[in-house]
Amino acid sequence: MNFVYERFLGGKNGAIGIAILAALIFLVFPLFLDAFRLGMVGKYLTYAFAAISLVLLWGYGGILSLGQGVFFGLGGYCMAMFLKLEASDPISTKIQSTPGIPDFMDWNQLTELPWFWIPFESFSFTLLAVILVPAIFAFIIGFSMFKRRVGGVYFAIITQVIAVILTVLIVGQQGFTGGINGITDLKTLNGWDIREDSAKYILYFINAALLFAVIFISRFILTSKYGRLLLAMRDKEDRVRFSGYDVSNFKIFVFCFSAVISAIGGAMFTLQVGFMSPSFVGIVPSIEMVIFAAVGGRMSLIGVVYGTLLVNFGRTTFSESFPELWLFLMGGLFIAVVMFFPNGLAGIWDKYGKKLTAYFPKKAKPALTQTDPALAAEDAK
Amino acid sequence: MSSNTDYALAIEGLTVSFDGFKAVNDLSLYVDKDELRVVIGPNGAGKTTLLDLICGKTKSTEGSIKFNNKELSKLSEHQIVHSGVGRKFQTPSIYENLTVYENLEVSYPKGRTVFGALMFERTDEVDKRIKEVAADIFLGDFLEMESALLSHGQKQWLEIGMLLIQDPELLLLDEPVAGMSVKERELTAELLNRICKGRSVLVIEHDMEFVERIAHKVTVLHQGAILAEGNMETVQNNPDVIEVYLGH
Repeated sequence: MNFVYERFLGGKNGAIGIAILAALIFLVFPLFLDAFRLGMVGKYLTYAFAAISLVLLWGYGGILSLGQGVFFGLGGYCMAMFLKLEASDPISTKIQSTPGIPDFMDWNQLTELPWFWIPFESFSFTLLAVILVPAIFAFIIGFSMFKRRVGGVYFAIITQVIAVILTVLIVGQQGFTGGINGITDLKTLNGWDIREDSAKYILYFINAALLFAVIFISRFILTSKYGRLLLAMRDKEDRVRFSGYDVSNFKIFVFCFSAVISAIGGAMFTLQVGFMSPSFVGIVPSIEMVIFAAVGGRMSLIGVVYGTLLVNFGRTTFSESFPELWLFLMGGLFIAVVMFFPNGLAGIWDKYGKKLTAYFPKKAKPALTQTDPALAAEDAK
Repeated sequence: MSSNTDYALAIEGLTVSFDGFKAVNDLSLYVDKDELRVVIGPNGAGKTTLLDLICGKTKSTEGSIKFNNKELSKLSEHQIVHSGVGRKFQTPSIYENLTVYENLEVSYPKGRTVFGALMFERTDEVDKRIKEVAADIFLGDFLEMESALLSHGQKQWLEIGMLLIQDPELLLLDEPVAGMSVKERELTAELLNRICKGRSVLVIEHDMEFVERIAHKVTVLHQGAILAEGNMETVQNNPDVIEVYLGH
């Protein structure tokens, strides 16, 4: 029991932070937001998966990936393929020249289902694919990069290039992928209509539960010796190598794990939003995910969830009134965070929030984050 | 391939060439078990390169490096460490984000694979060993301190401790007393004399007073080759050595 408390929740501070976030996501949002707004929160929370993946990969591991959208997209597309096949039964597609295949294939003169679509008729295969496809893809990239000791800015550029390549591939292969429009008109999941309000509520809660499961597992990883090794590698990679560790294996693992987390987010995105398109795969969404993590605090699993929500609420609010200004604002926000609050919201909380709560000595002091060791060192200086 | 020897470390015909420049040139060096060998020489003599070659940071062009008759030159860095070789770098190379305790824990030679590290537990045995090593390196009272806050000398000790916790049979120390106070140097000399028992130690050092205090045998490197070898006195009186190194 104590083991669970310390390792999965992160001790007292971690547990309080998780409790507050859980109350917000499981109680406050569903009680006070209408179905439409709640749907938006649900969509934002799927991005939070990618932001959490960047805490492990970038915050702790020091490996900046500008291609997390790739894995988000892979997860999302796997789920979309299953839903699309279910929506394309011969009866509802009987007006097509080839009934029983997805509509965009018919428009592109395909007359039979491509071989790699066939397994996605099975729901269990799809669930496995959501996990395994991004994991295998990340393994191939990770293996070829990290074994050759490609790192730092080169790795970031390569992941960004992969994001571009995948987008171009999806857009170009219209008949197989739905092209620029993506895979749309998704209706049911095993006969369950996912467009109804009740389904949206249920999916919101499944998504939230998965998010917390991911936070718990990530916390377990970060509080293990592996987590300390991630920090050690970020700081002095050679020292880790000459202490008898095969550094590349450690990097490959964290890269694969972060890919899987992002992919779960992508799959939940498809389920909640009802479509998947290349605009969630490319450079822009990938960099936005980095911004979510930076704003929330890249060392804090909880902080990045707030960061994701904040930036996305900001986007929705501002782009309703000043659509052309939003991109500049987001760019400005990113620069401001990097320059003035390198530890993001979590860092601000650590620095000022705790002072604030000191005025209310009888209340428990909630902490959004584990203390970032680097920050603690700064303070001590 | 060279034949087997009775030495702990046997380097034969070792050469490394960087774009034609031979930083280490046909070098042969033998170190016994329980021996503390100091390598001295002017800047650019190839001292650090020699350590880099042994620990696998640099790959040799020719020659063999045998440790307990096991060829190291073809192994990867972590395999060399697993064979019992520990390397300390010239500038203290510690994890400043972690505490002294965590630095030692990360270096503890269990849980070296990904899943091993995930499942690694801080058992009593681990805890005891960490405290033991911390006491050895004079940091017993600093276990919970952020290692970034240690003094330069303490960082040097911590890195030595991170090697000791792995109980290596061959220790490679690159300038272990650089930046240390007189008092710290004395303690380090005592530490090195203590830890060289049961293993071989190879030290690079410039401070001749310190060398005199610790060295069993001294090897002088010059332009990638051995200029002289022997006990401190012989080496100090060698005219070649005085000419290229000690004279100025």
